[in-house]
Amino acid sequence: MKELALMMVGAALVNNVILARFLGLCSFMGVTTRIDTAAGMGMATTFVITVSSMADWAVQHYLLDAYGLGFLRTVTFILVIASAVQFTEMTIRKVSPSLFQMLGIYLPLITTNCAVLGVALLLVEGKLSFLASTLFAFASAAGYSLVMIIFAGLRERLALAQVPRLFAGPPIGFIVASLLAMAFMGFSGISTG
Amino acid sequence: MWVAIGSLTLMGLALGALLGVAARYLAVEENPIEAELQSMLPGSQCGQCGYVGCAQAAAALARHEAPVTLCPPGGRALAEALAARLGVKADLSQVVDDGPKLAQVSEDICIGCCRCIKVCPTDAVIGAPKQIHNVIRDACTGCGACIERCPTEAMALVPVPVTLQHWIWPKPAIA
Repeated sequence: MKELALMMVGAALVNNVILARFLGLCSFMGVTTRIDTAAGMGMATTFVITVSSMADWAVQHYLLDAYGLGFLRTVTFILVIASAVQFTEMTIRKVSPSLFQMLGIYLPLITTNCAVLGVALLLVEGKLSFLASTLFAFASAAGYSLVMIIFAGLRERLALAQVPRLFAGPPIGFIVASLLAMAFMGFSGISTG
Repeated sequence: MWVAIGSLTLMGLALGALLGVAARYLAVEENPIEAELQSMLPGSQCGQCGYVGCAQAAAALARHEAPVTLCPPGGRALAEALAARLGVKADLSQVVDDGPKLAQVSEDICIGCCRCIKVCPTDAVIGAPKQIHNVIRDACTGCGACIERCPTEAMALVPVPVTLQHWIWPKPAIA
């Protein structure tokens, strides 16, 4: 139990998907101009990562390992991820048309968000059990959402701040992102083994 | 190999079927008039009506929140078509229509700043930095977005010159 909790903290904070593993940077810069958009994107990606990791675990164990088809890993995982994203897109369009409008092109682009495939491949390498891999995926996705929301909040403040003209817009965003990444390095003091 | 092909095919079929069922249950019913109005609008998203794009303008038209005369590039012809489709009486006296117009670059004033290229919704302006720009007439929709952007007032909307190809016999006027 303690091991699982430590693993979740490690996945969410210490080895954060965005700031330590550098996955999913497109949406990190793309949809963090407003907090509500970032939160919506975080929730959608969390759902996709968790569901597709569960499905990918099943595919890995009952299909790829069972029949020695390891070379099909990437294509089957992407098939599963793309279906999960399609499903999420349909659900959001039905449930919240305004969020659908705000996320725009970034919603179908979750398919190519390397955080989703990256987490699935990390799980394969870690050889975790079903429960552990689901919790790991959820914690990674929660870390992703957390960083998205923090960064969106910073950028909302930044939009009102006096920034030298040379750095206005994306450049100051990148600088803030690097400061945030350095701040998150402080979590590496929590030893999770 | 057959296991690989078979399993991939099966996975594809299963996930496809799942998504098909989901699409049935999660279908969003769209206002059919909205789509029809949007297809009537120019679709160049120039924003002169005050809405973000033609889709939002069509939605406002469908809710009867916007006047049918909202689209300057569409001109009188579009206002009449929209009024007929929506079944409203349109006040067309405000719509001045002096025929179709296209953007044109005055080559002696253009400084080649490329600003008009960036705002053109249909990519109708060609050119490069410090090179005099030009307008591809077939691509221009006459929306006028480049006119406001030009720092030297080198862009202007000029009436399409009448040529033998598209001259039509004027309708008989009632005396």
